[in-house]
Amino acid sequence: MSGTLRRAAAALLRWGRGTGGIGLQGAGVRAAGSGSGSGSGGGQAEQLDALVKKDKVVVFLKGTPEQPQCGFSNAVVQILRLHGVRDYAAYNVLEDPDLRQGIKDYSNWPTIPQVYLNGEFVGGCDILLQMHQNGDLVEELKKLGIRSALLDEKKDQDSK
Amino acid sequence: MELSACSLRDKLRRDLEADHVEVEDTTLNRCATSFRVLVVSTKFEGKSLLQRHRLVNECLAEELPHIHAFEQKTLTPEQWTRERQK
Repeated sequence: MSGTLRRAAAALLRWGRGTGGIGLQGAGVRAAGSGSGSGSGGGQAEQLDALVKKDKVVVFLKGTPEQPQCGFSNAVVQILRLHGVRDYAAYNVLEDPDLRQGIKDYSNWPTIPQVYLNGEFVGGCDILLQMHQNGDLVEELKKLGIRSALLDEKKDQDSK
Repeated sequence: MELSACSLRDKLRRDLEADHVEVEDTTLNRCATSFRVLVVSTKFEGKSLLQRHRLVNECLAEELPHIHAFEQKTLTPEQWTRERQK
């Protein structure tokens, strides 16, 4: 087991600040689940607004970071992992039908996964993947004060 | 609703005035519930990825709820030319 993997595993075991324990899963990262009973209109939009702004990096997945239930959600998790982003909030929409529909309405985006950086909707899997490929993701993370692990990897390769 | 690579292609080509559209049925058994699309349109010029994808989503707003998995790539004609030269 490589050092990187060990560190990742350690991160997965770490519990962060929870969101009140609702629907909390062994979230690799942080709490999953939404405020339950958040069914009604305007109130939910406000709740979601607070939710996506609470953490620098927020993702809504089908499944959890440890056990994504869909290939696209898995791709988002893997991209974040590649960049060494461990401290992010992940919410499992499969646990909460209100959240599943609510977040789609909130962002006016029809699919899950959804990625938010600094409270702003970035896109789904395709967009994150393309941002990863064209280097934008490294820049966006930098704006959040997160140094992408890929930069260090590149340096290692350069110095060899 | 008719959900087919063909119908999606026609709609994207028409509504987004696309120069080039590729639609691939990515369902294993071709049961037309998963698609990957490539859209090349001048309408994407000066627009962010998110804005481009939103245009595609709007165009297929009627179909998307019936589609299980959807991947999209949105390019301007200039990007498409460059991509092909790679």
